[in-house]
This record gives sequence, C-alpha cells and structure tokens, in this order.
Amino acid sequence: MPLRFSAALKRGSIYGALIGLALFYLGPLIVMLMTSFKGPMDLRTGQLISLPQELVLDAWRIAWTEACTGVECTGVKGYFFNSVGLVIPAVAITTFVGAINGYALSFFRFRGSELFFGCLLFGCFVPFQAILIPMAQTLGFLGLAQSLGGLIFVHCVYGIAFTTMFFRNYFQSVPMNLIQAARIDGAGFSRIFLRIILPLSVPMIVVSVIWQFTQVWNDFLFGVVFAGKDNQPVTVALNNMVNTSTGIKQYNVDMAGAVIAALPTLLIYVLAGRFFVKGLMAGAVKG
Amino acid sequence: MASMTIKDVQKSFGDTQVLKRVDLEIKDGEFVILVGPSGCGKSTLLNIIAGLESPTSGQLKIDYNDVTYLPPKDRDIAMVFQSYALYPTMTVRENIAFGLEMRKVPKGERIKEVARVAELLQIENLLDRKPSQLSGGQRQRVAMGRALARRPKVYLFDEPLSNLDAKLRVEMRTEIKKLHKMLGTTIVYVTHDQVEAMTLADRIVVLNGGEIQQVGTPDEVYSNPRNRFVAEFIGSPSMNFLSGQLAEGEGGCQFMVDGESRGLKIPKSNMPDLKGDLGKIYLGIRPEQMSWVSEGEREALIELTADVVEPTGPDTLVAGLVGHQNFMARIDPKITPKTGDQLRLQLDMDSAVFFRASDGMNLARM
Repeated sequence: MPLRFSAALKRGSIYGALIGLALFYLGPLIVMLMTSFKGPMDLRTGQLISLPQELVLDAWRIAWTEACTGVECTGVKGYFFNSVGLVIPAVAITTFVGAINGYALSFFRFRGSELFFGCLLFGCFVPFQAILIPMAQTLGFLGLAQSLGGLIFVHCVYGIAFTTMFFRNYFQSVPMNLIQAARIDGAGFSRIFLRIILPLSVPMIVVSVIWQFTQVWNDFLFGVVFAGKDNQPVTVALNNMVNTSTGIKQYNVDMAGAVIAALPTLLIYVLAGRFFVKGLMAGAVKG
Repeated sequence: MASMTIKDVQKSFGDTQVLKRVDLEIKDGEFVILVGPSGCGKSTLLNIIAGLESPTSGQLKIDYNDVTYLPPKDRDIAMVFQSYALYPTMTVRENIAFGLEMRKVPKGERIKEVARVAELLQIENLLDRKPSQLSGGQRQRVAMGRALARRPKVYLFDEPLSNLDAKLRVEMRTEIKKLHKMLGTTIVYVTHDQVEAMTLADRIVVLNGGEIQQVGTPDEVYSNPRNRFVAEFIGSPSMNFLSGQLAEGEGGCQFMVDGESRGLKIPKSNMPDLKGDLGKIYLGIRPEQMSWVSEGEREALIELTADVVEPTGPDTLVAGLVGHQNFMARIDPKITPKTGDQLRLQLDMDSAVFFRASDGMNLARM
C-alpha cells in the first residue's frame, strides 16, 4: 500500500510539473489569442489575462488589410505573401542542394572532402551581424541588392551549411554497398541520387524543410537589411505595424498580426512535427 | 559466359600494399573461390574485378577485352553483397528490375525477366514486398535474383552466406552450387570459410597478405598444399605439424620426430625432393590421416597423450601431445580415450606432406 501511494505521488508530481510547464509555455499564445478577439471596450477596461467580453473579429481583418505599417496602411497581407514568395524557393533550394552536397560528401569522397565539409560547417557558426556589410557588397556586385532574389540568395548561403550537415550526417548510416550495387546495376551519380538516395531521405527532407522554413520565415535582420522596400517579409511588416505610433495603441490588432505572422511555422510543426523528431533521431543509432 | 585474366594486379592504399602482384586465369564457366583470412586482400581483388576500385597497376581482361579502367556498368558483371544491399524503398520486383531498367530494357522484357528469375529462385510470392518485410534467407534470394536478371557474363559473390544462420547457410550453399550447374556462368566468389570454398569451388585461390598462396582444385589444395599457410588454412580441424629431421634408416628414408627415438618410414612414392641443405623440416598430416592401433609394432607409429577429447558424432577428436608437440587426431567414436591416456596411432605416410622449416614451402613441389 505505501509503495503504491508513493508511486502515485511520483506520477502525480511528474504530471503536475508537465502540465504547469505546458501552461507556462502556452501562456503568451493564449494571451495573444484572447487579446486579438477583444473589442476596443474590452481593451480599455479589461485585464491582460481576462477573457474577452464579446468576440470581435475586427482586429484580424484590420491586421490583414488595413493596419498601418509605417506610412502605408494596407495591413500585413502583402508582406505575408512576400514571405511566402521568399520562403518557398529558399527552402526548396537549400533542401535540394543540401541533399546533393550530403550525398556527394558521403559517397563520392575526394581528396580533401573532409576538410571541405569542415569548412562548410563554419557557415553554421558565423553570426548574422558579422556578414551584413560584406554581403551587401556582394549583392551589389551581383546586381541583386534590394531584391527578392538577393534575399533568397542570402538565405540559401546561410541555409546550405545547415542542410548539408543534416544530410551528410544522415547518409553516414546508409551503407556504401547500396551505392556500389546501384553502380553495378548501371546507375550513375544522378540516377543513384534520384532513385535510391532521395526516396531514403524523406525523414531528413522533412527535417530540413521544417528547419529552413522556420529560419527563413522568422528571420528579421536579413529581411530588414536586404529585402528592399517592395519585398519586405511579414516579420518586418509586423515590427513596423507595432511600432507605428499614431493614435491609440491597438493591442488587439498587434496581437492578431503577430499570430498571423507566426501561423505558418506553427502549422508546419503540427503537420510535420512527427517526422521532425524521427528525423533528428535517425542516423543517431546505426540500425 | 566469359573467361577472365588478371595480370600483375597490385593495389595500395597509401603506404599499405593490399595486393602484391596477383596473376590469375579464370576459365569460361568456372566457379572460382577466393579464400583467405581477414585482410588478405580477397575483397579488394573482387572489388577490382567489379570495377568498384581500380588497381594501382596491372591489367584485368574479361573475354580478352581490357576492362581495367571501365566503370562497373560497362563490364557486364553482377555482384551479390554480404549485406545484400537491397534498395530499401523498392519492392522486390523493382529491386530485380532496376538493373534492367538502367540498361533501358523495354518494359515487356523486364516483366518476363523478373518472372523468370522469380521462378528460378522460388520468390514469386515475395515480389510485392519491401526488403524490410523479408527474412535473412529471403533477402539473400532476392539479392541473387537481382544478380541473375539481365544474364551478365560474370557473377561476383562477396561472402554472400556470412550473415545467415548455420542451417540456412548449408541450404543456400547447395542451392548456389545447383544454380551454377544449371547456368554454367563464370563465378568469382569470396569467402573466409574454407568449408564453403571446398564444397563449392571448381578451383580455389588461397590468398594471404595480398599474395596468392596457391591456386588449385579443392583436392589439390587439400591434399597437396603448396606451403604451410595453405595446409593450415584449408581443412578443419587444421593439419598437424611435427618438427623433425630426415634420416637414412633401414629400408629407406625415415622422419625422426624431435625428441622421439622411433623413426617414421617414408614410402618411396611420397619421398620429398631433397635438394640442398634442408636442416629442420615439418611433417604435415591431417587428423583423419591416421588410425588407432591396439598393439603390435607397426611402421609409422606415434603415441599421442590425450588431453582434450571432443566427440562430434561421426568421429571423435582427440587433442594432445606427441612428445612436446601439439597434435590432433580424428578417431573412431567407439574408442573413448580419457585425458592422460596414451593413444597409439599409425600415420598414413602416403598422405603426409613435408615442409621446409625455413620458408614453409612444400618439399614435394620443389
């Protein structure tokens, strides 16, 4: 009897701690969602963590189409699609190039390939701020300054270091014999990649997509520096919207805008999160 | 179907020389087994034949065409790997058809070929499964099926049975032999298992330290090993070696075992070539080349002090000492010696072989 009691106590305290932590982490999101549904009356009278007295959807509409981001008052809609237009090519390119790099570095070793990989890894550790000026010069030189192409380029340069590392480490667990068998069967570099390696890489592709999507979508610094006026991503627009200081502070609109900006990454995690954990673990244990 | 010529092939990885001057002729339709301990260079040699590695120097010909620097796909070979190396995301059917597809065989023919191979190997009911849904033996079959499709000139096997359990290994061994009889294609097969080598091969190539020690039929390699390494490596339990000297005695030449007064008479038919100064030599005799005698004076008699007695069923292995030298005998299981017993054994001196102590070479082959 005392044994069962102590076991229950143990279990109970674990659950208690987990629920407490979950609430702690969910807190900001709950506050954001509640605030975004509040009307102006609620905002003025209510507390930060009070439930809305009436459900008002205005804030969402305003954030989407009317809110002022600086001098223009067109909402975050346009910027949201800027971000979509940025994130899709940036994620696709980095994932694909990372997969090819990892494949080549794992199965087609050349003199100095390990050193090459080591140098590439440095890219993971260079802080964003350090490269702003040289990157601006490079983009100018390439004729990509202040353009969407330029911003995609910057994200690819940064992302490929990470995706290459992901894929290369993942392929360490793929036996060399598989490649040899395919070579004897008559397949070449690209066909082995497309027919044998790529289908094997689905978990890692998911990891790479989630990682890159989150990185690129949430990026603010590169967006604000390199995007140019017409291509600013949603993060920059959100910042401008929140910092626009005319009239009354519309917290509900700010919160709705923030949730809109965060929604795609949230969605990606929910949809592909299962693979994410699986993918991160894959290759850790030789199986 | 093809013959193959390996000429003066060498391979080094950095400073390590893995293969030193390998020369080998393989006839059309021959089943050749490369056998040797780990690190002897047998797998490297197979990879060079496959084109997965290129030799540092030397030449490789298949059907009189120089293929030394051709990529694997242009050599018309197929290979079965120890790990099977099945494509994990493809079904069995796709695995078998992949090589055909890469060679642009039309779809109709591909389907026919897969059906033929599947029937041959009795894997028709597995065609729609993924490799992960197969047992070890089934994977082995599929790996062979992949090699059999598209009828290459040469099959290469890299320790194909090592990952199977003992019973399945014996079954598959028989099956590979049957398959070779039926197809008659040239096979080069690598193994470290000398039993596999003895049972399957038309000819055995014994490798050690990157050098060919002997090439011969299983019988040649077994009965007339070229040197001590081959004698020790082939056969299980291993051949016995007794060190001693040759001496002229009454009625011909005798072998005097170190520390023993009695000589072992060597028959005229098995006299070693005795050119040059021999000094110490070894008499090599296999555990089964002797028989137990109860009493009476015989020629070629030794006394074995039994230490470990191991009944195996059909016969009993007795390990012990002759004088101070290790020795093992395979005797009738009805004789049940105990530790410490003295066993009188008459050696079959017609089968004995003699090795020079200095370099381990077989004297009869000088």
